[in-house]
Amino acid sequence: MRSPESPALTIRGLIKDVGPLPSLDGKMLRVVSGLSLTAERGQVTALLGANGAGKTTTIECAQGLQKRTGGTISLLGADPDTAGAELRARVGVMLQDGGLPPSARPVPLLRHIAGMYQDPWPVDDLIARLGIDAFSRTSVRRLSGGQKQRLALAAALVGRPEVLFLDEPSAGLDPQSRQLVFELIGELRDRGMGIVLTTHLMDDAQRLADYVYIIDAGRNVAEGTVAQLLRHELTEDTAGQHIRTLLFEAEPGLDLAGVLPDAVDVRETRAGSYSATGPLTPADLSAVAAWWAARGIMPASMSLAARSLEDVFLDISGRETR
Amino acid sequence: MSTSPAAATLGSRPASLLRRVLLQGRYETVTMLRNGEQLILAVILPLLALVGLTVTPLLDGLGSSRVNIAVPGILALCAMSTAFTGQGIATGFDRRYGVLRFLSTTPLGRTGLILGKVLAVLAVLVLQVLVVAAVALPLGWRPSLPGLLPGLLLLVLGAAAFTALGLLVAGTVRPEATLAITNLLWILLGALGGIVLPAERLPAAAQAVVHFLPSGALGQALRDAFLHGSVNLAAAFVLLLWTALAGLAATRWFKWN
Repeated sequence: MRSPESPALTIRGLIKDVGPLPSLDGKMLRVVSGLSLTAERGQVTALLGANGAGKTTTIECAQGLQKRTGGTISLLGADPDTAGAELRARVGVMLQDGGLPPSARPVPLLRHIAGMYQDPWPVDDLIARLGIDAFSRTSVRRLSGGQKQRLALAAALVGRPEVLFLDEPSAGLDPQSRQLVFELIGELRDRGMGIVLTTHLMDDAQRLADYVYIIDAGRNVAEGTVAQLLRHELTEDTAGQHIRTLLFEAEPGLDLAGVLPDAVDVRETRAGSYSATGPLTPADLSAVAAWWAARGIMPASMSLAARSLEDVFLDISGRETR
Repeated sequence: MSTSPAAATLGSRPASLLRRVLLQGRYETVTMLRNGEQLILAVILPLLALVGLTVTPLLDGLGSSRVNIAVPGILALCAMSTAFTGQGIATGFDRRYGVLRFLSTTPLGRTGLILGKVLAVLAVLVLQVLVVAAVALPLGWRPSLPGLLPGLLLLVLGAAAFTALGLLVAGTVRPEATLAITNLLWILLGALGGIVLPAERLPAAAQAVVHFLPSGALGQALRDAFLHGSVNLAAAFVLLLWTALAGLAATRWFKWN
């Protein structure tokens, strides 16, 4: 039974314990605790989080590769734990480690996987689309990281899936491959594919995702479109003022006291590198430039930036390194 | 206005289970046959053992001719090479590289993957039987005709037991350990497990044990079938028991990642 109206993926209250672990005196470790999310068809949904946040565990539970401890998962309206070949044919998976046999050659491997479907994406078309013809005679073990990722993506797409899982899709991609892969992802999204990706790269999420879940310590701590996540942080404390960060490099030891309003946090982050973050106005920028002019300072570099998803992410999930 | 009509509509149906298993079986067979080390283990070493046993007096006095006593053991050795050592090592490394996890997300699934491996073991075994027969017949091998069919069925049962054991090892320890364990057991069982050398030619301490080993049971069952045309029910029962126990244990403890 097809159920085109059901979302691509719905997860409610997912719990996953692993272990028992000797490092915890034989106790279980809860790697996902009560995570919920919905991924729609025709959208790219990103799970954004640091390494170890529980992103891969979450999508592996959704793919049926790991058995969940608790909660419910509906993948195209079915439970992945009890699903059969019919459901697996409608779902494409690109694993973080690729999962391709090292001795295989790309084209025979893709043809083999295509044989598992009644009506696959024509392999020749897929090969051309992902530039696989350039390395079609090289065994998987000799491929570069980017080539491996493109082949793994082709293997995930060969069944023309309705839902596509991508675990850290830009890992190892050179800039050209990244452009190619990101364009294809956008095109497939526009054709109605529901795409779920995990990433620890803010830039991936910012460029690709229609909707972002920020995952930390096994739960979702924030969600929204990229714009919503940024705006939320902008308006929360400062009543519509524009939070910006001004960065510049000049001689070390300058004292900027009194140049900018008190609400702006000014600091010398390294010797000669200055940052000023807060509700900056055009007048403030003018005052800084005038201050430079009065002292004959010509900065080696200067830049102005709005808050990035990275700032939001770090604010929410804490700045300490794990 | 799509240029890739195939991607214009999403969602495919799976090919039939039979087709998926046949495809996977063919793919794994070709992979096994392309692997040089595998071929040495599956074909070259058993043939060397066959020639060795027919030119030395190791088996003298146990039956009608050296080659008639040797061939059943060599076929049992072939089953152990392919089903246990070869297939175990391949599965262990497939597990390491995530191949098992990836394939289990495709329509093939875990069941199809295991069935495909079983099929590949059987396909390679058929080739081994043909090669061994092609070498043994000119050397004077004359198997008991009534024993042929039961012998071949017992060979398949032995392959099933060794496949289950190979999967159990491959699914529970690291691939390097699988490599070491399955190669070491191949040598130990091959030399002392009652496979090519019947229990009568082994030290007294080993004689009591070998009948309960899959190697000894298979070796003896094949010798009884191909030499005397008789079915050794006790040995068949031992093989069934190993298949069931290792199969259950593999189902219970096999780790896919």
